[in-house]
Amino acid sequence: MTTVDEPLLASDEPSFGVLRRMFSLERPGTIVAALVVLAFVVVAVLAPTIAPYDPLKQSYLKINTYPSADHWLGTDQFGRDVLSRLLFGARNSLIFGLLAPGIAAIVGTVLGVCAGYFGGVVDRIVSRIIDLLLSFPELLLAIMISAALDGGFWNVLLVLSIAFVPGFARVARATTLAVRQEPYIEASISVGLRTRTVILRHVVPNMASPVVVLATLWVASAIRLEASLSFLGLGTRPPAPSWGNIIRDALGNVFGSPWPIIGAGLAITIVVLSINVLGDALRDALDPDMP
Amino acid sequence: MLRVVGARLLDAVPTVLLVLTLVFVALRLLPGDPALVVLGEYATQDQLALFRRQMGLDLPLWQQYLAFLKGMLTFDFGTSMVSQMPVSQLIRENLPYTIELTLVATGLGVVVGIPMGVVAAVNRGRWPDMGARIYSLVGYAIPDFYLGALLLIGFALNLGWFPINGGGSGFLDRMYHVILPAITLATLKSAFLGRLTRTSMLEVLGRDYVRTARAKGAREPRVIFRHGLRNALLPVATGLGLSLLATLSGSVAIELVFNRPGIGEVLISAIAKRDYPVIQAGVVIFAFFVVVVNLGVDLVYALVDPRIRVKA
Repeated sequence: MTTVDEPLLASDEPSFGVLRRMFSLERPGTIVAALVVLAFVVVAVLAPTIAPYDPLKQSYLKINTYPSADHWLGTDQFGRDVLSRLLFGARNSLIFGLLAPGIAAIVGTVLGVCAGYFGGVVDRIVSRIIDLLLSFPELLLAIMISAALDGGFWNVLLVLSIAFVPGFARVARATTLAVRQEPYIEASISVGLRTRTVILRHVVPNMASPVVVLATLWVASAIRLEASLSFLGLGTRPPAPSWGNIIRDALGNVFGSPWPIIGAGLAITIVVLSINVLGDALRDALDPDMP
Repeated sequence: MLRVVGARLLDAVPTVLLVLTLVFVALRLLPGDPALVVLGEYATQDQLALFRRQMGLDLPLWQQYLAFLKGMLTFDFGTSMVSQMPVSQLIRENLPYTIELTLVATGLGVVVGIPMGVVAAVNRGRWPDMGARIYSLVGYAIPDFYLGALLLIGFALNLGWFPINGGGSGFLDRMYHVILPAITLATLKSAFLGRLTRTSMLEVLGRDYVRTARAKGAREPRVIFRHGLRNALLPVATGLGLSLLATLSGSVAIELVFNRPGIGEVLISAIAKRDYPVIQAGVVIFAFFVVVVNLGVDLVYALVDPRIRVKA
């Protein structure tokens, strides 16, 4: 993600201005959303310390208990503490939520910049594939790729990243095409700068804000997609806890206790909602004209 | 108009070919020998060889590819490795349930979403607009399978108003079975369509011809519906195609939640059992829907907007 952050600071807009516009008092929702996201990150990072129980430890003496002082969200059909599983699930969501859009942003930007800058055959092939992939909803694309791969950490990461690459590539290509027409690009080529320098110094910094906004919004999408895949049994493999497979397990045990479903679902909804609100605020602050 | 249809159809051919090729490559890249997966570790060399010959796995790759293309284009998907049933029969039996769910959900979503967007746009900044915004924000964030599970627990398990599982038989029974799953998907869809309609409406209501309509004394409902909504619906129509596909992919999880028959359910259980012919067929069918819906959106666009017709 640092590669994306750097050019943002390098632009002529001081980043404090962006922050101030984002968190103006006219939009109290943004502040609440930021606090929720902060809490989510803290919980995910500190999960091993603050979780009251081991998320994998089974206890057949305490199966399907309802919320109590010992187990705030009760226990599941294996007697595992639901709250601890949720806390560790947050960690899982945070990892995928950061890594997948990050990887996709890098790969997509490289593809899009190459297509937009060099044009010709490269552009036609890349554009054709981007158009094809973009015509699929992300979830459908992810399910279809997962059909060929097994679940597990690396495959899920691969699937999510592939699902996000085309969106980034399209934005990067469009921005590059626009920037390519600017006089300063012509100037830098004519003073003899190397292609690599032109791209890195003059083209890439200009796509910082759209790519950053896209990445923020896709953190939420990645968390939702990972949960969906895990719910379908194509994502994080049990017994490792993920918000999606907690709901999957609990749905098979719906007469035992509904609390894991309620808890995990609320967690996904609140976190995704807050990230979306933050992403919208960031978009409005960075570029009010962007669609 | 015929030229546009022809051009779009021709354009879809390489897309279909590319999709089929990607599916073929992806499934051949799979780790593991299908013969070993199906027959198990204790199969003899002879049995393995026989299975490979029956499935055509011993042929050179290009022959396999051609046989695959021929099968897909003639809708001959082979036989399920698990149930030994023809895959096309499996698809025929399950596809109607998925289409039924997608159509009912889309209908509900349109009926709720578009009026909501209009009301929000007309009352911009007031409480109906705020309400619609909160509804959209939640609708964008809540996972469909979670909402489905909540509705299932509340209305089917606890209140007993709706059936817990299955697809039903006969028209009325099927509609009874589809209501809860359809409401689940429609909630997400109306959040999306409501937002889209609001944005589009606000843009149109700011145009000169709307001001002219008001200036010449047209009544407010006429301004909103005749001048506003009619023009605002074009982007909504495109969004509808997109959300039709989103609903189709959402139906996979919803079929699992409500234990409903359908293509998604077939695909997911085939993946769990590594039933390659069924996986292949499921993936190709979903891809087919994507291509057809996108083609439909293009054509509707050309039909509604004459400028696109001229360009093509």
